[in-house]
Amino acid sequence: MEDNKTTQPGLFEKGGKLGFLHSTVDAFDTFLRVPATVSRKGSHIRDIVDIKRVMIIVVIALIPAALFGMWNVGYQHNLAVGDTVTGFWGTFWYGFLKVLPLYIVSYVVGLGIEFTSAQIKGEEVNEGYLVSGFLIPLIVPVDVPLWMLALATAFAVLFGKEVFGGTGMNFLNPALLARAFLFFSYPSKMSGSEVWIALRKGETFVDGVTGATPLAHMSEGIAGIQGAGYDWWSLFAGTVPGSVGETSIIAILLGACLLIATGVASWKIMCSSVLGALCVGWLGTAFGVTDVPAWYQLLLGGFAFGTVFMATDPVTSAQTECGKWIYGFLVGALCITVRLFNPGYAEGMMLAILLMNTFAPLIDHCVVSASIARRAKKLRTV
Amino acid sequence: MSNNIHLRRGLDIPLAGAAALKTCGVITPGTIALKPEDFKGIVPRLLVREGDKVLAGSPVLCDKQRPEILITAPVSGTVEAVVRGEKRKLLEVRIAPDAAREAVDFGAREASGLSGDEVRDLLLRSGLWVSLVQRPYGIVADPAVTPKAIFISAFNTAPLAANPEYVLGDQAEDIQAGVDALGKLTRGGVHLSLNEANYEGTPFHRIENVIQHVFSGKHPAGNVGVQISHIAPIRKGETVWTVSLLLTAAIGRLFRTGKVDLSRKVAVTGPVAKDPAYVDALPGIAMRDLSAFCDSTAGDVRFISGDALTGTNVGAEGFLGWFDNQVTLLHEGTEREVLGWAKPFRFGKFSATRTYLPNALPGKRYALDTNTNGGVRAFVVSDVYGKVLPMDIFPVYLTKACLAGDIDKMEKFGIYEVLPEDLALCEYVDPSKNEIQAIIQQGIDLMIKEMA
Repeated sequence: MEDNKTTQPGLFEKGGKLGFLHSTVDAFDTFLRVPATVSRKGSHIRDIVDIKRVMIIVVIALIPAALFGMWNVGYQHNLAVGDTVTGFWGTFWYGFLKVLPLYIVSYVVGLGIEFTSAQIKGEEVNEGYLVSGFLIPLIVPVDVPLWMLALATAFAVLFGKEVFGGTGMNFLNPALLARAFLFFSYPSKMSGSEVWIALRKGETFVDGVTGATPLAHMSEGIAGIQGAGYDWWSLFAGTVPGSVGETSIIAILLGACLLIATGVASWKIMCSSVLGALCVGWLGTAFGVTDVPAWYQLLLGGFAFGTVFMATDPVTSAQTECGKWIYGFLVGALCITVRLFNPGYAEGMMLAILLMNTFAPLIDHCVVSASIARRAKKLRTV
Repeated sequence: MSNNIHLRRGLDIPLAGAAALKTCGVITPGTIALKPEDFKGIVPRLLVREGDKVLAGSPVLCDKQRPEILITAPVSGTVEAVVRGEKRKLLEVRIAPDAAREAVDFGAREASGLSGDEVRDLLLRSGLWVSLVQRPYGIVADPAVTPKAIFISAFNTAPLAANPEYVLGDQAEDIQAGVDALGKLTRGGVHLSLNEANYEGTPFHRIENVIQHVFSGKHPAGNVGVQISHIAPIRKGETVWTVSLLLTAAIGRLFRTGKVDLSRKVAVTGPVAKDPAYVDALPGIAMRDLSAFCDSTAGDVRFISGDALTGTNVGAEGFLGWFDNQVTLLHEGTEREVLGWAKPFRFGKFSATRTYLPNALPGKRYALDTNTNGGVRAFVVSDVYGKVLPMDIFPVYLTKACLAGDIDKMEKFGIYEVLPEDLALCEYVDPSKNEIQAIIQQGIDLMIKEMA
């Protein structure tokens, strides 16, 4: 080790000619090859799992939803303009070309900020944005103007993550924060009936097509939803308007299977969120607030996507195992509560998760305090 | 076993290179080194000079604050060198052993007939006192304190650990004498924990005058700290002592023969050890004397005194630790695997998680190396740590409290109950590659400083 000090540092190493680019070069280098670092202190052997691996599994789990979302963008367009001739690949291609710019904007803006801040801090680039950047295009309306998306992404990464110190230090889910930014800053672009379907210039809806999402019919009850042509199968398969990736329960379930099988996301949060939603959904029908059956709520809007991919974010969810049950249950329950009592904004999932993100540390604090109190009591009686 | 304590959480790492149950030779050391750093909480004062003659049991070092605590030579010979590091920190006292193998005679005694003070006095004079480790903090026991109880683990679940039945099976009488002596130092009794899986097969279940406990489960079920937390958790202000089974036998031998005899069978293990087996040796032997075990084709090799999770990297020119009876040889993993993190399979590599396929083939042993397999990140994942720690504490909260240096929180989250070794598996599985053991040690050091 001693003789290392006398040799010149490499071009991109600290102290080298282009050493200020250390973080960036290091990020690409370790992206391609496992770093050569060996353990210095403590355990000499280390597991092969690292944060890159954890993140890439979430990205893979999102791929079915993303691919289906692309096809669905094309499919909804065909329905809206009355196109019945475009085949499967043509439909997919149309959606792909519509969604691709969203991805480019999301990754260029987000990773740009991540790399810059890592450079400034002289740290390694975090992998967290691989997932956030993949999520953001899937939870926005396909027609969102790209400059808005860029602004929202920048806001989410800077104020949702970097000001707290980067991945692992944030308390709000950055992807959801981007969506919340869009929703509160440009409400006209995030709700209503026109934004969910991507049209070419000059195209108009054919008669009978409203472009409204199934959730928009929520206040009209189950008859309203079904009357608009959304039966349970179309909701489950996802052939309905909505945010790019959130419509297909089948695709989301595929992702959920991978996340649970690999143990990357918490099945406890997913289960309890579904439980919470069913609970409030059932209460809603029991007290006559709505006639939409509780299980229908699971198929609508962003609930499934949020439950599987957003609520389970390990950084912003509850950290304790018991806390995860409470956190998940409240996410589900709050989501349906917002849907039932806020006709102006029917999609409750975003707000439910963001609110519970804020409360997750409190839940953990209560769980940990209870555990410490129980331990103290046990120690007194020993 | 009706009173068996089964620990569900834990992990046995399938590391390759377990020592075969055979002893291939005696190491006749050219140099024996005493390393003051092995003894936590001791500020060493040198009592010998280069060229001095010592016998096995002659004082070499003592503690500056409590000069009655001695560290003695494990072998007779001549003090060859005193090695100092930065700021003249004492690193090693090297002794060149002679052929005579003489030892100071402290006089054989029947431990059961002695008083606590007599036992304490003999242990201090012989230098075996430092084998008593105090909890909390994992430092050498304070002779002025009477501990609540003394705990001994009769099995070791660490990766490739020496088989206690093989290395100590014929020393049951020594262990009995050691237990009898230790029993005089506490009113709470000596607690001996056995492995349920081998309860009938081990000679140690016949040790008398102990309070027996039976554990089953994966590593770290054999860690004495984990056992204490299930038998009688350490409260604030309490002190317990722990002794390894190996040194209990040495204490027993002292009482039976009147001589310090630290000779031990050492397991030479690890994926790059050639024909891993046991050797008869002493603490402080040079790693150079074990070079025959080192696979010369393996490239850079890390010599670890102890096991792969908690041992010390002593280097090829280093020496075996005073407490250790295991050497682990690992390959320095500086190779760079292309897109390693993105592959569905990584054959020959082990993950405790299910993020790689196939997940831990039954019976397969893996030649793990020292690569960290990723860069250091903030804590992201929350549920991997608890799965490998069978204690009633929140490991990440404790680690963060140590990082923050928050004494109140460290106390609440259980700093009194743990030593770094208990969280070694948390460090192993950590996808964020934090140095959890070092962080815990830093927290313990802060506690010692602030609570003194």
